[in-house]
Amino acid sequence: MATAEQDSVEMEFRPGQLVLEIPARTEFVSLVRVVVAAAAELEPDLENDRIDDLRVAVSEATTNAIEAHGLSGSLDRIRIQCNLADDEISVVVHDEGVGFDPATVPELPAPESPDRLEHESGLGVHLMQMLADESEISSGEDGTDVTLVVYSSKRRRRP
Amino acid sequence: MLGEGCDRITWLWSDTVTGVQIVVHAHTEGDWTVLTVAGELDVIGAPELRQSVMEAVKQGQRRLILDLSGVDFIDSFGIGVLVGALKRVRLLDGDLMLIVSETRVRRVLEVCDLDRVFTLHRSLADALATV
Repeated sequence: MATAEQDSVEMEFRPGQLVLEIPARTEFVSLVRVVVAAAAELEPDLENDRIDDLRVAVSEATTNAIEAHGLSGSLDRIRIQCNLADDEISVVVHDEGVGFDPATVPELPAPESPDRLEHESGLGVHLMQMLADESEISSGEDGTDVTLVVYSSKRRRRP
Repeated sequence: MLGEGCDRITWLWSDTVTGVQIVVHAHTEGDWTVLTVAGELDVIGAPELRQSVMEAVKQGQRRLILDLSGVDFIDSFGIGVLVGALKRVRLLDGDLMLIVSETRVRRVLEVCDLDRVFTLHRSLADALATV
């Protein structure tokens, strides 16, 4: 049985910033998606399909973070920070797990290849990279930060 | 923009509505077994769909239609279950079709080039018209 402290979610609001801390458990991933999408909707120039892209990318990053904590046995919480700027939203998912090197993710075979069906997993990093305008995975002694940035239409219109 | 000042909120997840994340119903259409899925295919929901697919295959069903019209979110976990389902029925010389009406679900499949792997239809009627 989880304790009340393990079950608690904390959310902190600052000007242009929202920080969410969750227990490292998969049942909290859907909550993260809801909160990040709600924050993104405050940005008037961010279209709904880009918010959908962000929801998927954040879902991947958060699930990876929770799995990393599971692998290391860490009981620390996962921190998700949303920064709303005038022309973009960035989300940083921080975990204190075992670290991750995106270069170790195997390349996917072509869709026409029969071997493509052997890859039931390993698409998470690919989705983050394809759906966010910028994505960065940075692992060190303090854990891993995954930064995902989605531009608003205002920024994309710029020459 | 978020408002001025700083506020901190703490709440217990058990106080909020968790709910069931996916619901799967099965019915048959001729030689095909249709699994109608509603909800979110993520790390929580996807394993439930995998279980339903495994049960159908175990019962000898090798022509499957996964109707994802009621799925409003999919990530790599959901994609993994779809790929696994296709692999299983093909090993039995079966086939699998997907019904995808939600643009956001179709986009995730397209980003992974899986629109070139799966047979996608916009409605169950469209899918059944091809068999």
